[in-house]
Order: sequence, then C-alpha cells, then structure tokens
Amino acid sequence: MSKSLLSRTLPLFTGVLFIALWYLANAMLSSERKFLLPPPHLILQAFHDQGPSLWSAAMNTLRGAFLGFSLAVTGSFVVALILSLTPLVRASLYPYLMIMQMTPIIVIAPILILWAGPGLVSVTVITFLICFFPMVVNTTQGLISTDRNLVDLFRMCKATKKQEIFLLRVPAALPYFFTGLRIAATLAPIGAIVGDFYAGNSAGGQGGLGFLTIIYSSQFKMPALFATAVTSCALGFLFASAVIALSWLSMHKWHDSYSRTDS
Amino acid sequence: MPPLVEFNQVEKRYGEGPLILDRINFAAERGDFIALIGPSGCGKSTILKLIAGLSPISGGTVTVDGMIPDNAIEELAFVFQEPTLLPWLTVQKNVEVPLRLRSTRSDRRADLAAKCLQLVGLSERAHYYPRQLSGGQKMRVSIARALSLSPKILLLDEPFGALDEMTRDHLNEELLAIREQKAWTAFFVTHSVAEAVFLSNRIFVLSANPGRLHREVPVDLPYPRTEETRQSARYQSLVADVSKLLRSVERNQL
Repeated sequence: MSKSLLSRTLPLFTGVLFIALWYLANAMLSSERKFLLPPPHLILQAFHDQGPSLWSAAMNTLRGAFLGFSLAVTGSFVVALILSLTPLVRASLYPYLMIMQMTPIIVIAPILILWAGPGLVSVTVITFLICFFPMVVNTTQGLISTDRNLVDLFRMCKATKKQEIFLLRVPAALPYFFTGLRIAATLAPIGAIVGDFYAGNSAGGQGGLGFLTIIYSSQFKMPALFATAVTSCALGFLFASAVIALSWLSMHKWHDSYSRTDS
Repeated sequence: MPPLVEFNQVEKRYGEGPLILDRINFAAERGDFIALIGPSGCGKSTILKLIAGLSPISGGTVTVDGMIPDNAIEELAFVFQEPTLLPWLTVQKNVEVPLRLRSTRSDRRADLAAKCLQLVGLSERAHYYPRQLSGGQKMRVSIARALSLSPKILLLDEPFGALDEMTRDHLNEELLAIREQKAWTAFFVTHSVAEAVFLSNRIFVLSANPGRLHREVPVDLPYPRTEETRQSARYQSLVADVSKLLRSVERNQL
C-alpha cells in the first residue's frame, strides 16, 4: 500500500475501531448502567430529537463566542501595540494583565451577572477574558521581536514611527499573531460555553450550549448530553478551521512554515 | 576637497562598558574600497555603525562628507551580515523598501528597483519571495536594495560570510563589476584575508581589546580585478603578508 493511501485510510480505520470499542464497552455494562455510555446510534437519535434546541443553543453560543473572540482580537492588538512601545510601558502594565488572567472565571461570573445580568453581554465578556491574554502575549512578543538589523535599516531610511510600526513591526509579528489567534480560536467556544453555563440567560430560546448542558444533566438525558458535547466540538472545529484558513491566506506565499520542501 | 569619511581620535564604549574603539584615526577618499579586518571583538562592525550614525560616539569626531553622520544618512547604505529581507514582500518590493520610506513616487520606485535588480542579475526573480531564493541570491537582493538609493558610501558588514567559497568569489567579482558602473566608496568588514585583498585598495588591520587601528596595508593591484588577479604573484604575496600580520595581531591578544 502506498504511503499516502495509508495515511489517508488510517484515520478512518482508527475511527471505526473507536466506535467498535464503544459498542463493546456498552455491551459489557450491566443493563441498569448502560445509560452511562449511550451507544453512538442513540446519540444520533438525540441529534434528531433535540435538533431544534441544539441548533438554537449552538447559534446562541456561536454569537457569544464570535463577539467575545472578535473583541479580544481587536482589543489585544491595540493593547499589544501600546505594550510594544517601551519596556517601561510593559513593566507597568504586564502585572495587571497577569492578575486579570489568573482570576478564575468562576469567581468573575457572579460579579458579571450582577453588573450586566445573565445573557449575551456576560457570555461575551467571559469569552473575551479567556481569549484576550494568549492573544496579547503573543502579539506583543511578535511586535518586539523584529530583526534588529531591519529596524536599523528603517531608521537609516528615516522611516517615521508609523512606517516602522505598520510596514515593519506589524507584518513581522504576523506569525506570532496567528499563534495567539489559533489558541484563542480553540478557547473562544469553550469560553462561550463556560460563560453560558454560569452566566447564560435561561429565558425562552436564549440559552446556549452551556445552559443546555445544565438542563440535560438535570434530566439525566445522557445521549443528549453527548450530542451537546459533539456540537461543542463542532463549534471549536469551526473556529479553528476559520483561523487556519485565514493564516494560510495571509502567510502561505512567504512564511517558511508553508514551504513545500520535505525535510 | 575634504575626505569623504574622516575619523579623528574616535572612541567608543557601550554605556559604562569597556572601551571598544580606542583613538581611531583615518581619512577615506572618494572611490576608496576599504577592507576592515581583525580578530573578533576588534570593533570592525562598530566602525560601520558609527559611520552610519546608528550608534553615538563616546569621544572624538566622525565626519561624513563634511557633516555629522546623522545628517549624511541619505548618502549611506548598509548591507548586513544576513540578507535581512522582509520575507512577506517579493524581491522587487524588498528592493523598493528604502525608496518607499523616502517617499519616492511608485512608478519611479519600480523603475529604480528593476534597474538595481538587473545590476545584480536577478531581474527574472523579481516576483519571487525571499524563501524561494538561495543564500547567494538573497544577498544579491540585499545589495540591490542598498544600491536603490544610489548611495555615495556603501557599508558592508561581512555580507558574504555565510556563503560557500565559490559563491563568495563570484559575488566579489560582481560587486567590483557593479562598482565600475556606480562609483561608490566602500567599507567592507570581513574575516577573509583573500576577500579583503581581492576587493580593496586599502586594508585596515585592527587589533582587539580595545579596538585599535594596528596597521594600514595599501593594495596596489590594478582594477578591474578578475579571476586572473587571484592567480597573480602580487595578489598571493599580499594575501600572505596580511595573513601574517593578522596572525601576529591575534598572537599579541593571547
């Protein structure tokens, strides 16, 4: 079998094996415990039965995740630009960013609920808080890691500060920016679901996947819980692929990580 | 006419650190090709930085075309050890960078850049990205970028140090050929005695800790220089002399 064919069929094979093991595990459980690990076909059934509520919850979560993520990307970019100006600015702001990052969301959630009430605003803020830090750290690192010689070259050509930032530092920071973006993209749906779990709005049709988790677990609807987990995964996959595509679009022509040399 | 670049009792230290350059004196005339050679830490590259005004002097005076380096910056171009290209720009756009920063109109920019690329023989690679080029080609682009501003003085900091010997020899010949067309004055830092002798009309041998101008060796080989120059007895005896001088400088350091 050729190597490429093997590499293509192997993931399929592991998938089939995984499902087979799943059924096997289910068969080995005693009948009163079978509900703990619902077999795949029951989860598919749950997708069918709970379709509309899963869909609307996924859309609500997606909205919060996207808003929080977008705010984190823009906000972190501006903050990173400010942080990159001088070591003094970094020294005076970094400790507070660290504190912000270290405060657990579980502690922040009740405060947010009191400030903004449960719902989209709180979910967005929680997503923002989770995505912001890795973005700001990576982007700042990128902005201050510009090749010293290139900075000299720009200075010798009497570049203005604005030219130095936007023609040199920002494009040079792109690989770092995308590293942060990839981390934030996987965190955004998680942030929105956690946010929804603690600070979501339960009123008619406004709940997200976090809220759905609470409902299904209180009702012991195991297949529906698994279906919710799969839906959450799909959201994460959606975000990650969007960022990977964006990264490819902006860097595949020039960045080494996209070169086709096989070494 | 006053010398193009003049160092008068120049001293340099970084902050409170040790003396890097100690009372450096020289005068470079228009058309000089000066090679700077010496053990590591002798401050060769620092001399280039002082000419370019990239680092302040700690004592003495530096004049470039009768001005302080900061004011003469438009007459200078720098070629670094590494090609230091912007990887996200094509070869053509990389060469245009200095012109863009000095607000040259875009049509004229493209025109000038194309001419410089032709000079280094890379016209056909204009739309490539740096990662698609070999090490020697990247260095050529870097030289084309330096030439785009038509500098009076070219500062080259070990530009071919990372290249294999064949490529290096070839680029040395090209560099001199370009100079036939564009008469700039050059300061060229190198570790290679052969390269220094082949390119320059004056070699400054420096000693380290602190960096001093140990000896100046005039190179009386006629230009244009070619592969035949390397075969000549005069070239080979000069290489032997400078190597000996360099060894004695290095021995004194130990």
